[in-house]
Amino acid sequence: MTPHRVALALMIAFFALAPAVIYPLFLMKVMCFALFACAFNLLIGYGGLLSFGHAMFFGGAAYISAHAAKVWGFPPELAVLAAVAAAALLGFAAGLIAIRRQGIYFAMITLALAQMVFFFSVQAPFTGGEDGIQAVPRGRLFGLVDLSQVRNMYVFVFALFLGGFLLIYRVIHSPFGQVLKAIRENESRALSLGYDTDRYKLLAFVLSAALAGLAGGTKALVFQLASLTDVHWTMSGEVVLMTLVGGLGTVFGPVVGALVIVAMANYLAQLGAWVTVVQGAIFVVCVLTFRRGVIGELGHWLKKPL
Amino acid sequence: MTEIFGVPTQALFGQLLIGLINGSFYALLSLGLAVIFGLLNIINFTHGAQYMMGAFAAWFLLAKLGLGYWWALALAPVAVGVTGVIVERLMLARLYKLDHLYGLLLTFGLALVIQGLFRHEFGSSGLPYAIPKALEGGTNLGFMYLPNYRAWVIFASLVVCLGTWFVIEKTRLGAYLRAATENPELVRAFGINVPRMITLTYGFGVGLAALAGVMAAPIYTVSPQMGADLIIVVFAVVVIGGMGSIMGSIVTGFALGLIEGLTKVFYPEASNTVIFIIMAIVLMIRPAGLFGAAR
Repeated sequence: MTPHRVALALMIAFFALAPAVIYPLFLMKVMCFALFACAFNLLIGYGGLLSFGHAMFFGGAAYISAHAAKVWGFPPELAVLAAVAAAALLGFAAGLIAIRRQGIYFAMITLALAQMVFFFSVQAPFTGGEDGIQAVPRGRLFGLVDLSQVRNMYVFVFALFLGGFLLIYRVIHSPFGQVLKAIRENESRALSLGYDTDRYKLLAFVLSAALAGLAGGTKALVFQLASLTDVHWTMSGEVVLMTLVGGLGTVFGPVVGALVIVAMANYLAQLGAWVTVVQGAIFVVCVLTFRRGVIGELGHWLKKPL
Repeated sequence: MTEIFGVPTQALFGQLLIGLINGSFYALLSLGLAVIFGLLNIINFTHGAQYMMGAFAAWFLLAKLGLGYWWALALAPVAVGVTGVIVERLMLARLYKLDHLYGLLLTFGLALVIQGLFRHEFGSSGLPYAIPKALEGGTNLGFMYLPNYRAWVIFASLVVCLGTWFVIEKTRLGAYLRAATENPELVRAFGINVPRMITLTYGFGVGLAALAGVMAAPIYTVSPQMGADLIIVVFAVVVIGGMGSIMGSIVTGFALGLIEGLTKVFYPEASNTVIFIIMAIVLMIRPAGLFGAAR
C-alpha cells in the first residue's frame, strides 16, 4: 500500500465512522469546506496561482443551488448540478480576466472580481439581500430518497465530497496535472516546450471554480441557507487559511485544515470578534514558522509526499 | 434649476465633489501601496487596517489627551508608522527570500488580527470625530456649496501625493530608493544601508495610510471596518494604474474617484462595481495596467 492509499483509507474510515460520535451536521460542514479547500488547493498548490476570491464561486453556487431548489423546485441533484454549471461559467469569465497577470496581481484581481460578485449579490433581488435565501428544501434525491433525514443527507454529502476529492486526485496525477506543475515551476520554460500555458491555467481555474461551486451548492442544501457570508471576502480568506494550515500543495492537507478551522470556529463561536483575531494570528504563525502545514510537516517527517 | 444631461447641476457637482474626496483617499492609499511594493515586493494587505488605526489614533488623541486635529495630523502617522517599522523588523524581514505570496498572506493575517482587536475594544458601530474649528463652514462658489473641510482634504492629499512624487523622482534620497528597487545588491555594495531603507520605506508607506485615516476621520465615522472594504477597491485601483509609476497611481486614484462619482449620478446601481468593471476592461486591453510596465 502506498502512503496515499493508507491516508485515503483513513480519511474514508473517519468520515464513515465519525457520525456515531460526532454531530453529523458538523461533519457535513467539514466535508463541504474540505472540498472547497481541495478545489482551492488545486490552483495554488499545483498551479501556483493564489486566488483571493474563491468565495465568489462558493457563495455564488450556494445562491444558485438554493434558488433552484426553493423557487424552481429542482430536485437536489439538479440544484447542485445547476450550481456547479453556474460556478464553472463564472470561473470561465473570471479566469479569462485573472490569468492575464501572475503572482500578487492575480490575487488582487480575483479579490476585486469577488468583491464585484459580492456587491451584485447585495443588490440582486433573488438573493434576498441581508436575509439570504432561507428555509431551502433539501428535497428528494432522484425523487426517491428523502434528504431531510440526516442519515440520507450525510451519505449524499459524503458521496459528493469523495467524488470531488477523487476527481481532484486524478487531475493532480494526470499528465494535465504534471503540465500544471511545470507551469508553476517555470512558466516560460513550459511555454517554450510548446504548452499553451494560458489554456492550462484557464482550464485549471474553471475546474477549481466548478468544484468550489459543488462545495457551495451542497453547503446551501446542508444548512438550507445561502447568505452574504458565503460570498464575502472573509470566506475567501478562510479557505486560504484552511489550505495553509493543512499544507499548501498536499493532497490531504486541505481536508485536515478544514477540519481544524471549522472545529475552531465552532468552539470559539460565542467569543465574537476573537474568532477573527485567532484566525489572523494563525495566519501569521503559519506564514512565519509553519509554512508546510500539518500534512506537509507529517509528509516531510515520513519523507513521503502526502 | 440648471440641468446637464437631465441631471440637476447641484447633484452633479455634489457627486463630483464626493468622487474627488474618495479619489483623494484612493490616491493616498494606492501611493503608499506602490511605494511599499516598489522596494519590498510585498502587497501590504494591512494597509486598510493601518488607515483605520490612523483614524482611531486621531480619535484617541482628541478624546483621551485633548490633542486636536492638527496634532493628530502630525502625531498619528508617526505613531502608526512606528508600529509598521516594528512589524517589518519582526515579521516581514523574515519573508524576503520566500515567494512574495507569503508577504500577502502575512499582512492579510495581521489585518484580521488588528481589525478583530479594534472591534473587540470599540464595537463595530463607529465613533464620531468633529471637523476642526478652523475648517468648519463652507464657501459658496456660485454653482455649488463647497464645505471647507472637503476642500482641505483634496488640497492636502494633492500636496502630500505630489510631495512624495517629488522626493522619489527628483531628490538624491529618491534616487537611492529607485536604485535599490532596481538592484538592491548593487546599491548595498555602494555602502548604502538597504535593509534600513526598506524598513523606513515600509514605515513611511504605513504612515501615509495613517495620514489618510486622520483626514478621513471627520468625513466617515471612525470604525474598525472602515478600511476593510476600502482596501479592496484600492487594490483594483492599483491593478488599473499598474504599480510601476508613482504619478500613475496618483492620477488613477483621483480619476477613478471622479468616475465613481459620475456613475452615482447617471447609473447609481453600478456605483459600487464600476471600478471593478473598469479593472476587468483594462486587464483585457492592457494587462500591465495603464501606467505599468510588465514585469
